[in-house]
Amino acid sequence: MAIEINEAGFLSLLQDRGRFGHHRIGLTTGGPMDLNAYRICNRLLGNPEDAAVVEVTLGGLVVTATADHLICVTGAPVELKINDETLPLWSCHQLKTGDTLSLKAGDVGLRSYLGVANGFDTDSNFDSVSTVVREKIGGINGEKLAAGDILNCGDAESTLKMKLLSEQHPIYNNHVSLRVIPGYQYDYFSKIDVKRFFSNRYKVSDRSDRMGYRLLGPSIQSKSEQLLSEGISLGAIQIPADGQPIVLLNDRQTIGGYPKLGSVLSLDISLLAQLKPGNTVEFKPISIETAHNLIHLNEYYINELKMTELM
Amino acid sequence: MRVINASENSLIVYLGEQATPDVSDKIYYLADELEKVLTTDLIDLIPSYASLLVIFNPLTTDHFSVRNTILSINLEAQSNTKKRRETIILPVYYDEEVGDDLNDLAEKKRLAVDEVIELHTGISYLVYAIGFAPGFAYLGEVDEKIAAQRLSTPRMNVPRGSVAIADRQTAVYPASSPGGWNLIGRCPVKMYDPSTPPYMPVGIGDTVRFEAIDRKKFLSLGGEI
Repeated sequence: MAIEINEAGFLSLLQDRGRFGHHRIGLTTGGPMDLNAYRICNRLLGNPEDAAVVEVTLGGLVVTATADHLICVTGAPVELKINDETLPLWSCHQLKTGDTLSLKAGDVGLRSYLGVANGFDTDSNFDSVSTVVREKIGGINGEKLAAGDILNCGDAESTLKMKLLSEQHPIYNNHVSLRVIPGYQYDYFSKIDVKRFFSNRYKVSDRSDRMGYRLLGPSIQSKSEQLLSEGISLGAIQIPADGQPIVLLNDRQTIGGYPKLGSVLSLDISLLAQLKPGNTVEFKPISIETAHNLIHLNEYYINELKMTELM
Repeated sequence: MRVINASENSLIVYLGEQATPDVSDKIYYLADELEKVLTTDLIDLIPSYASLLVIFNPLTTDHFSVRNTILSINLEAQSNTKKRRETIILPVYYDEEVGDDLNDLAEKKRLAVDEVIELHTGISYLVYAIGFAPGFAYLGEVDEKIAAQRLSTPRMNVPRGSVAIADRQTAVYPASSPGGWNLIGRCPVKMYDPSTPPYMPVGIGDTVRFEAIDRKKFLSLGGEI
């Protein structure tokens, strides 16, 4: 039971939910940048919550099945083909022995998720298979996937072919509004700078990656430039000396010494991570209570996904 | 102690304005207690110089509850408990052969190379933080006489085991990586071994001392030139 990678594209990484509980020795979390699409992929396949999938950045992945598998692709709208047939995302499909599956990048969005029933199966490091190339950890020898790699799959006993109702497909845009929980050194910024931050659009820089999204726009100044390094949470908005914000993401370093305004709501990180250089964001402050409620509502949404069975 | 929101599911606790052994003790103690009390509500902890980031599961608890738990811990109690801090001795081969900046540093500081080595091995260092890369431990504080600014142009590749100084901090590079610290020697002990728990010979709050060894001993301990 396996699939073989024929072409790996720009950046294809094996990811499960992430690596937790090891920040103390400096390990980051990794994990899917668009957590929402990742979770829906596993839900449609009837997989455990933390099953491993392939995160494909900008398409370009071509694989061949060496056995029959049930597969599903979610996330950025790529062109999904099995052999010569174009098929919909957010839906399970049968991939038969010898079939070739390919993903071609679309106009909007960056990252798509290829899952198989029961997940990809490989040795884990620190309780996770999530690949963090900078740490040489997870995946196959800590590297991004390459042509010739074989990904073993669990037994495909699941026979239910599910699809997500189209009204529930996430909508990916070139502009995203990000909700922010003010925190960390929020009080170190002047009222004018805070207002400037929340009332302007910022552009995604081409120096954005899985560690963080660098943004370009009106400069923000903190009253203190350098702090003692401290723990960095997912989504933390760091303001370095040049005043250009950086939103720190899954592969971030665990500690850092730049002032931070607060953190982006995790649910919005799924949308931010789909933006390409040149796309834009704006920020909106919310209370931590609102954030808490939104997370619980989203959990309800994921648990009550409207799926139908395909014949 | 100040407890401040960091994100939807994390609070940052500041235990002092400066990194001192006393603040470090409090962080160590608080982290330990929170692990016991929060159990499965706790996702992870990031201790650092003067703060502790507490990451919790927002589906099983909330920031009110975690904040109250943090505030209820009596940090004064730690001074009565016996410290579990360990002292780890790390052998170092100090030589220009493996420490590209050793001679330069001595010259800049108007010291003999042997004096630099004596000052570096003469005191115990506290592990204040681990980060930057897996297994990278920030040790402080280096004697002011050998404190040195980071290089203006970082090196593209610093070999694994390199012992280095930046400002009043010192560290052993756990893997080959780019780096801008001043290299003064090399340590044959693996600072990060992902294959075997506990993965690192030192932890936050431990004390480290360096011990000078010669080339022969360095090689016999598995060191690579």
